Amino acid sequence: MSEARSTAAKWAMRIVTVAYLAVLLVIPVGLIGWRTFAGGLQPVIDALTSDDFVHALRLTVVVAVCAVVLNTVFGITVALLLVRGRFWGKRLLSAVIDLPLAVSPVVVGLALILVYGSHAPAGGWIERHGVQIIFATPGMVAATVFVSLPLVVRAIVPVLQEFGEEQEQAAHTLGASRWTTFRRITLPSIRWALAYGIVLCLARALGEYGAVAVVSGRIVGQTQTVTLYVEQEYNNFDQPGAYAAATVLALIAIVALLVTKLLRPGGRRADAERLTEMQSGREEQR
Amino acid sequence: MISTDSTRVREQPATTPLPRRSPRRGGGSGASRPRVGAALSLGTAVLYLSLIVTIPLGAVVFDGTRQGPHDFWTAVTTPDAWAALKLTVVGALLVAVVNLFMGTVIAWVLVRDRFPGMAVVDLLIDLPFALPTIVAGLVLLALYGTTSPLHIDVAFTRTAVILALLFVTLPFVVRTVQPVLLELDRDMEQAAYSLGASPWTTFRRIVLANLAPAMLSGAGLAFTRAIAEYGSTSLISGNLPGKTQVAAVVIFGRIQNDDNASAAAISTVLLAIALLVLVALDILQRRTARRE
Repeated sequence: MSEARSTAAKWAMRIVTVAYLAVLLVIPVGLIGWRTFAGGLQPVIDALTSDDFVHALRLTVVVAVCAVVLNTVFGITVALLLVRGRFWGKRLLSAVIDLPLAVSPVVVGLALILVYGSHAPAGGWIERHGVQIIFATPGMVAATVFVSLPLVVRAIVPVLQEFGEEQEQAAHTLGASRWTTFRRITLPSIRWALAYGIVLCLARALGEYGAVAVVSGRIVGQTQTVTLYVEQEYNNFDQPGAYAAATVLALIAIVALLVTKLLRPGGRRADAERLTEMQSGREEQR
Repeated sequence: MISTDSTRVREQPATTPLPRRSPRRGGGSGASRPRVGAALSLGTAVLYLSLIVTIPLGAVVFDGTRQGPHDFWTAVTTPDAWAALKLTVVGALLVAVVNLFMGTVIAWVLVRDRFPGMAVVDLLIDLPFALPTIVAGLVLLALYGTTSPLHIDVAFTRTAVILALLFVTLPFVVRTVQPVLLELDRDMEQAAYSLGASPWTTFRRIVLANLAPAMLSGAGLAFTRAIAEYGSTSLISGNLPGKTQVAAVVIFGRIQNDDNASAAAISTVLLAIALLVLVALDILQRRTARRE
């Protein structure tokens, strides 16, 4: 009796889960893919080889790579500080690092304009020295850095904690310099987590829309990224163009998902251990 | 797995010292060099954070409140801004509650159930984190907009806004509840059963009681994400002032009209709400940690 009821409950939950995901996620995303190729391959190729799209793609990659490099260097530095360092205000630093996740992208853009816009004291001073930040690439990089700031840090911190510092101290005692210790001991131990964080950061950077929309000024062929291109094409009733670009972004996101899935068990020991029984020791082969 | 925001809760021990930490640190001959190096990297990190995060955010709050409380209040309570703030908060609350329920159900299925294709379901959960928000909006508009093949047209309505928010906040509760459920000792449930508790009592007193903190922090994170959301709601809401505009969309409009002061005022409200929720979550988490 109770057995039958729990089986019914199990099926009900299974169906609710699958239906919810289908209605909210799978069917909408699938529909975009289907509509993109509904008119054949030629319109897609045309859209993806148009000057505006090519320029947008190039700019997106440049901005994302700059942001990822900056956040990786910053991420490693801060993760080492948070795990190994001892200083006043550590909790505050940790809280500030997580702050960007709670700030609206539009507010990020506004914040940067208020400081680095040409009417602001700081922005005006910098602009008189020949560097334009807002409505130009530096501002877009800053916005992207802001929104993806915590990703690398939060990917490495647990692994650094797990790893401990015995080996680093051993290397140090044996006369290794700090740089050698970092390169030969610390970096190899965090490499999977680092790769995981970098992929997350890259995916976020390539897909950022709101913050970039505010600081870029959306100048077609100049400060337009792929996400802005999608929006512009859609509003211009050029749906094939919008759908084609959106499909490219969705494919990038799916690849990023798969890559992070592969990286995660190797990068996160604690999780890997927990997953061992489920995945029958797959991470041992790594 | 793209579980950036949701894993934050679990990774919080970053801030507390590890028991394993060696007490020898900083002693010996090499002590001064690492200390200089650490100070230098700390300085650089703080400078980087200040230039990109804290000074700009400070400027938002400063610009939003500098004209005094009266002007601040006027900027925040113009009909369109006030309606947008109400929609944002009420919508985010609704979304948080739906997630509280659906997220827990999905996490339960992922942990306790087993069926073919489950790995795909698990992978799909993170899709909203990976998918650019503008694509999320476009994708929903394709199925639930004017060209809907199902003839369900909710474009430019509040329903559409809620739908978009549900899409982007899907992973939060799932990814906070899932690890807790995975570690939950099933012996406890079996003990309750064998002592004569009904399945419902067992679920309520054992499972739900243990999951509650994770469910609440997941819902809290979903709420902060929902009040901040812009990209997915911008297309699908159709930008109708007083009707479908959320706060972020109104702020965007103000910036476009060069009205940075009132944009900053509305932003300040959003920041304050987010901060409040984050502090509440932090308190919740510490209480849970202490109880364990």
